Amino acid sequence: MRRSNRRGIPHGFLMSLPMYLFTLFFVLAPLCYMVILSFLTRAEVWGVVHEVTLDNYRNILTPVYLKTFYESLKLAVICVVLIILTGYPFGYFMAKLSSTWKRRVSMLLMIPFWTSALIRMYGWIIIFRSNGILDKLLMGLHITKEPLKLLYTYPAVVVGMVYALVPFMIFAVYSSAEKMDWSLVEAARDLGASPAKAFFTVTLRLTMPGLLSGVVLTFIPSMGLFFIADILGGNKVVLVGSLIQEQLMKARNWPFAAALSVVLMILTSLIIWLYRRVTKVRDLEGFY
Amino acid sequence: MRRIAFSKLYIGLVLVIMYLPILLIVIYSFNESKISSVWGGFSLKWYEMLRTDRAMHEAIKNSLILGALSCCAAAIVGTLGAVGMSRIKLRTKGAVEYLSMLPIMIPEIILGMIFMTFFALVGLPFGMTTLVIAHTAFCIPYVYMMVKARLAGMDASLMEAARDLGASPWRVFFDVTLPLIAPAVMSGMLLSFAMSLDDVVISIFVTGAETNTLPIKIYTQMKTGLTPEINALCTIMLGVTLIIVTLSGILGGRKKGDA
Amino acid sequence: MGQSILTLQGIEKSFEETKVLKGISLEIGEGEFITFLGPSGCGKTTTLRIISGLEQPDAGRVFLAGEDVTELAPEKRDVNTVFQNYALFPHMNVYDNVAYGLKIRKTPKLEIRDRVMNVLAMVQLSGYEKRMPAQLSGGQRQRVAIARAIVNKPKVLLLDEPLGALDLQLRRQMQVELKRLQRKLGITFLYITHDQEEAINMSSRIVVMHDGVLEQVGTPDEVYYHPRTSYVAQFVGNANILTGKVVERREGVLSVQIGQEMVCVLDDGSASVGEMAVIAVRSEHILVTKERASLGLAALVKEKSFAGGMLRMTLVLKDGKALIASRHGIDADCEEGDPVFCCWEPEQAVLVDGREQEGVTAQK
Repeated sequence: MRRSNRRGIPHGFLMSLPMYLFTLFFVLAPLCYMVILSFLTRAEVWGVVHEVTLDNYRNILTPVYLKTFYESLKLAVICVVLIILTGYPFGYFMAKLSSTWKRRVSMLLMIPFWTSALIRMYGWIIIFRSNGILDKLLMGLHITKEPLKLLYTYPAVVVGMVYALVPFMIFAVYSSAEKMDWSLVEAARDLGASPAKAFFTVTLRLTMPGLLSGVVLTFIPSMGLFFIADILGGNKVVLVGSLIQEQLMKARNWPFAAALSVVLMILTSLIIWLYRRVTKVRDLEGFY
Repeated sequence: MRRIAFSKLYIGLVLVIMYLPILLIVIYSFNESKISSVWGGFSLKWYEMLRTDRAMHEAIKNSLILGALSCCAAAIVGTLGAVGMSRIKLRTKGAVEYLSMLPIMIPEIILGMIFMTFFALVGLPFGMTTLVIAHTAFCIPYVYMMVKARLAGMDASLMEAARDLGASPWRVFFDVTLPLIAPAVMSGMLLSFAMSLDDVVISIFVTGAETNTLPIKIYTQMKTGLTPEINALCTIMLGVTLIIVTLSGILGGRKKGDA
Repeated sequence: MGQSILTLQGIEKSFEETKVLKGISLEIGEGEFITFLGPSGCGKTTTLRIISGLEQPDAGRVFLAGEDVTELAPEKRDVNTVFQNYALFPHMNVYDNVAYGLKIRKTPKLEIRDRVMNVLAMVQLSGYEKRMPAQLSGGQRQRVAIARAIVNKPKVLLLDEPLGALDLQLRRQMQVELKRLQRKLGITFLYITHDQEEAINMSSRIVVMHDGVLEQVGTPDEVYYHPRTSYVAQFVGNANILTGKVVERREGVLSVQIGQEMVCVLDDGSASVGEMAVIAVRSEHILVTKERASLGLAALVKEKSFAGGMLRMTLVLKDGKALIASRHGIDADCEEGDPVFCCWEPEQAVLVDGREQEGVTAQK
């Protein structure tokens, strides 16, 4: 201790001071305010009244809002399952490519990844629109007889979410499978494991950190990406995210929005905590 | 052999699906007809419209300023933070690190919400200032993580050698640490810029009535009724992205060859 | 020994719960080539880092040319270090690396140029100014690291196992060059190594460290021929350690009884009749014969091996202890399993500090 007082702190601390201050003022303070706000009462017309209440939390427990949480979680689970099913094989296969192809494929992945999510959603509007590309294709192939009217439906939202988030899973799985020692799989095969058995006992276990971090990276945003539900789902799919936005911007019930956020925050923290417990890693893999 | 063929097929298929929406936008940006399901012939009229759309120019300008300011602020705060944190052993370090990473860990909507209510509380006028603060908050983690990873892979004796040769801690930072972490700072900034340019959710909550950013403008247009002008804009943005990705790919590839 | 340039007073240092330095006190004279010798983890690198200022001692003082520098930051101390892994700045070329310390001291440009060129010539790297560290071989990097340090004309140059990463041939060559350099510059060199051969070859004085304490400080001759502790005897001289009771003192020779047998040892006055004594005898001084003599130990040949021009025999004594004997040539008049007799000249065996050292393995 004597030592750090004498030297070491001054410059190291000075360097991290901006980050300390920024985090204190613009992360910790707003977070605290959110928690406080969630216990306050909404004013008649505008703003909040400083009356402590639990009403906001009680409000969440009403069936309507509970259902929203349930729907959000359900959608998130469906999306994550689909993301695993599509993204895991991709990341896994990608890790087996030659290094030139690895570079090419990750480059090809980067472009949609870096393209505005909004723009990409707009592309899906063109596809899903009634009498749009998909309808024309399906009718042209005589699979369907009339327009499916897919836009503003639940499946459209699911497709949009999966589409927006699958790159996270791919990169997470890929970075994990990349580092994997393939000779272990060969060893398993050599010891008599069938390809499937070798995959489930060796490959899957070794890429589990990547898979799990992919789950965290996709599950959390999928509960808050209200704009995808908004654009592709119309008003039909209401998520916690949409609810918070509505309460903030339209109903102007800030305390209730804060309470919703607190609950959502607890949910996400729980997931991250679980992830850390399971994998014992601090930084998410393939996270950038 | 057949398995490899299958895996390549799968990768190819997923990539095609990924590019399909993007490709459609590019195609329809040249569509004469206003209705996206009808092909009315090749036209550049939406680009022409874009060229003269004052409000759109304003939104683009705002987005670029916002991206530049917040990624620079994040680069300074995040880089100094990562280097400083690596040099100190404080009890609060872990907590501050965790808190500063929160903006990219929690759902964007919560971040938007807490900023909106907090800025209202402290009475900051909504507009560019609030946007920059909010965007800096979620850009810092990207820079911080990149720099931290780079520092972890760096030989600590380089910094010690510089001090041994007479450099003060700050001098060491500018002479040795900074040049060596520069690539990480750059890629953190690039990522921050892209994230800032892409953000809708947080911006919606913290922007003022007068300040439109590009994603907000696109979002409101998407909700109110689209003009293919957006297609044209998207195509241009896509082109820019493509150039940046290719350039960084080439630069990154060259660096690997050097080392 | 010249005037004292560096003084350590009761230096202590702990990391977490482990105490790595347990009170180091030492005086180093000007122009010395002093070597800290010890196995890894003995605290020698920590001592060096405390001298350079990269670590702070928990207790004790460091004086540089009479001035207390204990509290001084590393950049304010007139010492420079050659790091174990060289620590050359990868983004600067050879010239900029070497000139770095001078630039910080705001030396005039022309002077920097002269001094850098001079020192590069000294380490035989003229013409390499524009090369980047990545383009150099290990030996060349080593020379740059040395040049970068000595160009600042430090009061003391600290070298942390600088030759550790080089192959044997290059090491031998660099040892000679370093010695030459030290003589020419007249700077005090403080050298760290775990290689006793290197220490003996180069140093004017050797400091044998073990487990955070100084076991012995002395000239290579002293350390080699008169080890003070059994640890030093084993680590520096690969010596055998025997314990027995002093039974007789006569004409500078002590007779020591081990079991039922008697051996002789040089009398340095540190043990008296009737006391227990610890004796160190180096393997090459043990004579192995078939005939019995009045003084000596009976043993069985357990193993023979031949390496580096030396025949090495592992003998088992009556009490079950192993004894190593070695000699030049392969002429072996005894086979494995033969009963033999071993003895030595009285002056070849020395009394050492009685502390029994477990698990000491002298490195080759």
